[in-house]
Amino acid sequence: MPNSKFFIYLLVMAGVTYLVRMIPMALIKKKIKNRFVLSFLHYIPYAVLSVMTVPACFYATDSPVTAAVGFIIAVIAAFFERSLIQVAALSCAGVLITELIIMLIK
Amino acid sequence: MTEVNSFKKGLKDGIPICLGYFSVSFAFGIFAVENGLTVFQATILSLVNLTSAGQLAGVPIITGGTLPELALSQLIINSRYSLMSVSLSQKLSHNAKLRDKLLISYANTDEIFAVAVSQKGDVGKRYMWGLIMLPVIGWTSGTFIGAVAGNILPAMVTAALGLAIYGMFVAIVVPVAKKEKATAFCVAIAIALSCAFKYVPVLTKVPTGFTVIICSVIAAVILAVVAPIKAEEEVTEDAQQ
Repeated sequence: MPNSKFFIYLLVMAGVTYLVRMIPMALIKKKIKNRFVLSFLHYIPYAVLSVMTVPACFYATDSPVTAAVGFIIAVIAAFFERSLIQVAALSCAGVLITELIIMLIK
Repeated sequence: MTEVNSFKKGLKDGIPICLGYFSVSFAFGIFAVENGLTVFQATILSLVNLTSAGQLAGVPIITGGTLPELALSQLIINSRYSLMSVSLSQKLSHNAKLRDKLLISYANTDEIFAVAVSQKGDVGKRYMWGLIMLPVIGWTSGTFIGAVAGNILPAMVTAALGLAIYGMFVAIVVPVAKKEKATAFCVAIAIALSCAFKYVPVLTKVPTGFTVIICSVIAAVILAVVAPIKAEEEVTEDAQQ
């Protein structure tokens, strides 16, 4: 895409992302006490990541079948609390192996 | 009060984060180029934003959405950082002046935050500089190499790497959902809504950026009302992410 348009979008995106991180750190010195706000902030990361993952992840590879295998592997690995790299690597490996198996069968 | 302020220790603690970021941002680089960004654009996007979920949601909006959609989606998706910044600001030692905070807050990611607040006692600016350096390099260079290599690698491999970022999200969500019933419910509601916006005829017309906002805010608000957390737990729970 053209740089002229891209940089306007980049400025807005990076600006918002930075201000969200910077303003609380620079300005707020006391702890937030409002229980609703605290609760909302506690749940929002998991809500966001879940919304972004399902169902989008099933379209992230060449076929929903391979993606589903990778996703299930990721959930199992995460359930047993493997590290970030391990979960990501195992799920990709699962996709790759499933792709190979499908290729062999066809 | 003890204080952790060694640049060297910061660097060392940043190594595992750097490796994780490199592999995930590699996949992001491929994703960004597939969505129409140039190698240069993908790389600078990673350098200035330094956020996985925000960037993943942001790229399709940059190429096909509007500025308000972009701003609002980043605000919601990245709102979790505001809380982390509040709690990190209370962990920083007095040697961190405003100008240091302006830099440190730029790199307050889930993982950097988690490592910083898990230190015993206060953390100084020199430690934070060290901790930040390698993950930023890893995230940016991973994006660059992914963006370049996306065309070189076999299609089969790039397709498989497409799942890497989602794998990272799963790695963050599942362990917490396993321990906290309320979070598991929140995840279930969020997923149900997200699927509805993907498959229910009228709802599919809503732009993706807004879908993320609507679904996640509804799920988080429901749980904040039904199962509010105890105020004290918040900081420590976030630290364990």
